[in-house]
Amino acid sequence: MTSSRQPSPADVDEFGRALDAVRQEVLASRGERDARYIRRVITVQRGLDAGGRTVLFASILPPAWLAGTAMLATAKILENMEIGHNVLHGQWDWMGDPQIHSSTWEWDSASPADQWKHSHNVGHHTWTNVIGRDRDIGYSALRVHPEQPWHPVYLAQPVYNLILAALFEYGIAIYDVELERVWRGEKSWRQALPQARAVLGKIRRQAGKDYLAFPLLAGPAFLPVLLANATANLARNLWSHTIIFNGHFPDGTQVFSEQQIQDETRGQWYLRQLLGSANIEGRPLFHILSGNLGHQIEHHLFPDLPSNRYTEIAPRVRELCQRYNLPYNSGTLTQQTTRVWKRVIRLALPGPRPAAPDTAPAAKPTPLTDAA
Amino acid sequence: LWREADPVSARHIVAVGTGGRTGPVVRGGSALGRRLAGAAGWLTTPLLPGDYFGLINPLWSGQLQGLVESVQAEARDAVSITIRPGAGWRGHRAGQYAPIGVDIDGVRRWRSYSLSDAPHRCDGRIRITVKAVPGGVVSAHLVRRLTPGTILGLGQAQGVFVLPDRRAPRLLFVTAGSGITPVMAMLAELAARPDPPDTVLVHSAPTRAEVIFSAELTELAARWPGLRLVLRHSRTQGRLTASGLAELCPDWVERESWACGPTGMLDELTARWQLAGVGTRLRTERFATARAGHGGVGGKVRFIASGHAADADGETPLLSVGEQAGVLMPSGCRMGICFSCVARLEAGRVRDLRTGQEHGEPGDLIQTCVSAAAGPVDIDR
Repeated sequence: MTSSRQPSPADVDEFGRALDAVRQEVLASRGERDARYIRRVITVQRGLDAGGRTVLFASILPPAWLAGTAMLATAKILENMEIGHNVLHGQWDWMGDPQIHSSTWEWDSASPADQWKHSHNVGHHTWTNVIGRDRDIGYSALRVHPEQPWHPVYLAQPVYNLILAALFEYGIAIYDVELERVWRGEKSWRQALPQARAVLGKIRRQAGKDYLAFPLLAGPAFLPVLLANATANLARNLWSHTIIFNGHFPDGTQVFSEQQIQDETRGQWYLRQLLGSANIEGRPLFHILSGNLGHQIEHHLFPDLPSNRYTEIAPRVRELCQRYNLPYNSGTLTQQTTRVWKRVIRLALPGPRPAAPDTAPAAKPTPLTDAA
Repeated sequence: LWREADPVSARHIVAVGTGGRTGPVVRGGSALGRRLAGAAGWLTTPLLPGDYFGLINPLWSGQLQGLVESVQAEARDAVSITIRPGAGWRGHRAGQYAPIGVDIDGVRRWRSYSLSDAPHRCDGRIRITVKAVPGGVVSAHLVRRLTPGTILGLGQAQGVFVLPDRRAPRLLFVTAGSGITPVMAMLAELAARPDPPDTVLVHSAPTRAEVIFSAELTELAARWPGLRLVLRHSRTQGRLTASGLAELCPDWVERESWACGPTGMLDELTARWQLAGVGTRLRTERFATARAGHGGVGGKVRFIASGHAADADGETPLLSVGEQAGVLMPSGCRMGICFSCVARLEAGRVRDLRTGQEHGEPGDLIQTCVSAAAGPVDIDR
């Protein structure tokens, strides 16, 4: 797949039309099977959640502690990834089920759903990898692309990234309040304070459940239950941080300037989503546990298609990329995680010069500029 | 009664549809119950206790639903469906209808159906009777493919086509086709009284095979001497007219009357009753809204709160446009009566499908079930 050939504007248009056709096909065939899928995932998740917490009442016994913690961690991972993230994307709105709908859903995360929907669906998915607009680039705290100017504060970013991974849900919740924009005067306290209050309210309920209510109910098992819940939350944070960082920050993913995306066509929009995202390869269970974000490319091309369909369309997207000689960034979990961490460590230091095509990895056309 | 004359305009969704997770849904309303649910909410947050109870029994999910217990053939292309309503069902008055939601190809579709049995059955069940209408996606599904054990969405009963609080000595019911369904509930309730009143039912159906409730009506007449049944088969005996009715029931002017059936019949009866100066004695229930002509250009409709958008023609109610786009639209009667569907207009103008009038200023509350887009429209949903 090595090529430095730029896709021609005609190719980009055709590529876009081909992707539109894939999208239409999925939209037209959504039905009973998909509805059964999401309801089953929700049932399994709630069963694991209730089951795990029940087993933890016996968590004085180490095997019960281990089993309960594993069940609860799995439930929390499913809840955020395959269910929460995707429901909040509106992937299941078409069912018209008020219980599985982006406008009524609330998730087990420190971020209130409506704030996250705004920052994620509007900020990140519309402005994917556009420097200055997509705040998800390094979450305003890390330097993950050489195009971001270096600052001494980034020297310690491998450490921040570890801390961020452990506390990911809180990081995201604070990040959604956009404190750095308030600091820069781009956003008023009047806007930020109610958001911050909502986050605190959400954290109070979330922490109240995991660190007070259930431990208290467990009586003598207070401490083991508290520890189990903290472990489950930590596991979920590490997992979601890994999956999400692997989706946009491995080597080969590209960033864009606002200038580059002016008057972007549909085909160019698709191309930007493709070039800005990276896939993780794995088995079906891995994809369910990662909310099908191992198919980050497909998710970014079609953020509102039901997640269970990404696996089906991935080979077709890949084939289209081959046909138009476009890169399709994909690797195993280990490969992509290594690439992300190498980059976080490398970019803690100044340099390298951004976007020099000869130092870039293979198959990386300079995006969009000439096509636009 | 079905309200599916127009497969696009006559879809029903319920106001309960927006319940979601915004607050604990507490049933029964006792202070202790509320406190318990509030405490349980600390364990289940951000979900509600019902989200977990629903795993054990879908009727405990906190969302009003019903379990289909039986589906019985009632006449050609018509079935009666017996439903066990879940916790939260507030009961109904004879003659009212309820929104029913059924999943077809994974999509929940809502229609309103008259409850065709008397309220307060000792087993707590309710019944709807559905006739498959040509082109009706939902009615065809309910009649041909619904099986016992299915969970249906359910909304609270509504409608004012009911018996009066003050007892009337003499009553007349005029029905045609599936218009018998709300009246069947009223007759069943009247029959259960210790002194059922003098009542005439004039019911018309195309042929004998299409008479809904024929056995039930015959059995009712057998134990209720004051009930006079007049069954007409319109294919052989012709359409029921107002003057034909006067012959069948000469004292119609003096009777409290209820009529349910096709629009043409109801218009004719209404005119006749008004002419006789007794317009207030006739209550009617219509299948669907009468529409004022065609026209209107439509436009792009944006649903601001949910972030959805769709292109709408000038004929389709905004309610249907939103539902098809995946927006959770509250609704009720779908005929411009109950105001369950109102939404705030943020920008643009709409056309009232009943009158053809264009109207609307930003901030107006519009009835989405009888309003179509007149140009680009923004709605706060």
